[in-house]
Amino acid sequence: MTVQDSPTVTAGLELPPSRTATTKPKPRPVRRLPVQKDWPTWALLVTQVGILVGGIAFWEIGATRGWIDAFFWSQPSAIAKTLVIFFTEGDAWTDIGFTFRSTLLGFLIGTTVGSLLGLSFWWSRNYAAIVQPYIICFESIPKLALAPLIVLVFGIGLPSKVAIACALTVVVSTLTTYAGVKAIDADGEKLFYSLGATRMQVFRKLVVPSCLPWIISVLRVNIGLALTGAIVGEFIASQHGLGRAILYAGQTYDIALVWVAVLVLSTLAVIMYVTVSWLEGVLRKGVRQ
Amino acid sequence: MPAPKLCVDNVSMTFQTGAIAGAFQALAPVTLAIPQGRFVSLIGPSGCGKSTIFNIIAGLLEPTAGRVIIDGVDATGTIGRVGYMLQKDLLLPWRTVLDNVILGMEIQGVPIAEARERALPLLARYGLGGFEHLYPGALSGGMRQRAALLRTLLIDTDLILLDEPFGALDAQTKLQMQEWLMQLWSDFHKTVLFVTHDVEEAIYLSDEVHVMGTRPGRIIETIPVALARPRIRTSALAPEFLAIKERCLELLQVNAPAAEPINQAA
Repeated sequence: MTVQDSPTVTAGLELPPSRTATTKPKPRPVRRLPVQKDWPTWALLVTQVGILVGGIAFWEIGATRGWIDAFFWSQPSAIAKTLVIFFTEGDAWTDIGFTFRSTLLGFLIGTTVGSLLGLSFWWSRNYAAIVQPYIICFESIPKLALAPLIVLVFGIGLPSKVAIACALTVVVSTLTTYAGVKAIDADGEKLFYSLGATRMQVFRKLVVPSCLPWIISVLRVNIGLALTGAIVGEFIASQHGLGRAILYAGQTYDIALVWVAVLVLSTLAVIMYVTVSWLEGVLRKGVRQ
Repeated sequence: MPAPKLCVDNVSMTFQTGAIAGAFQALAPVTLAIPQGRFVSLIGPSGCGKSTIFNIIAGLLEPTAGRVIIDGVDATGTIGRVGYMLQKDLLLPWRTVLDNVILGMEIQGVPIAEARERALPLLARYGLGGFEHLYPGALSGGMRQRAALLRTLLIDTDLILLDEPFGALDAQTKLQMQEWLMQLWSDFHKTVLFVTHDVEEAIYLSDEVHVMGTRPGRIIETIPVALARPRIRTSALAPEFLAIKERCLELLQVNAPAAEPINQAA
């Protein structure tokens, strides 16, 4: 055995002569760890504000000097005037209230129904298997394409906006919650059943709490989607709302008013987003995961 | 002689693994009789069906044949009769340690306030004092295992199944936990069925060790451990202890899957 093995061993130990003789070692480049210096917060803030002010100043000056066509782009001073008029003489508060209500209702109904639907799949694998293809089909439909139909069915008032906002949010919640249901540790269920639990006990004490973080994680996405749904509904047919204000202003070439409505809408969106993020933080603390 | 607490009567398990592979016999007929108050261990290589037996006893798996008799009553396929602790601690991260420990009682219908009242002194007594209102995320592995074990012990059953409860702990913590378990066992007078990979642990803790083999899973030998109690660490150096350990290792060696020829497939 040893005699047979020995030639292989020597061959493995000797390096081919060409490699050792001709290759010279290259000098190793000296490199240091790249280090980024963080600016102090005030410097970051000043730069951020500076960019904003600079942009607005450039826009204003450009529009006055004729570099920018104020007919299409309007200008900051005109927008500021329109903003004041919008709030003092216009329908600002009615429009904001209308959009806010339809967004909030659509968000609440869509998220609740979606989460309950997702949770319901835990109860029966057969039911989940039957319903799932329909949910996925509904997800792949661009829901906004259905908006004209929804407005025809629900009328031009608040219900149609809520319905569109619901259609956008419900599927996201359903699928995410169902993903949460599927992620439940099978051993966890085993533990509950070994203790003699009923299905209802497993659902209430294990399934719902395990899925809560998943349900919470969609809230921020859903508030944005609900707002989009409400605005699109107002674009199609409405008597109130920021979406209607934007559409109306655009059709009458009142570009300053378009900007004002967009500005107010963005503020509304930011406020709702921040509120939901805060709510998410509070809920997350409550469920500890 | 009184009737045994738990009787596993010719239980066997065959899994259908699909049309091509056919059936896989996880467990050849296994018979066990465990008297009240005993500490009994099952040891064996991976895949010897230890967990399958446990799932069958706990009623989580319907055996292909045979019966599980607890307190003289046929309990095959019924849940909630035994306390079952799995390898993972499975503490619920959204409940405090106290509320995790009372989970079993809560499921069995004990009012929460009463369950908490019963559990609190025990938590303090068994090394979880001061941790009652923390969440499991803040606990070390050993502490989590203690909470999981207390949860299992606090339900209204005399029979406890422990599936490698200390498998994931470091050696030092493991020794501490063994002492702790012995203490609990003598305080609570429960009948314990214990699964482990660790031969020394099995002998140290048990009145009886069942050595299992694979393909199919079965009990190949039952070894009584006649060492006096309470046992101390140095018991592990006694000649009787070493003789049992040697016998166990021998049995496991013979039945280890690695003993098969490696080039079988080639």
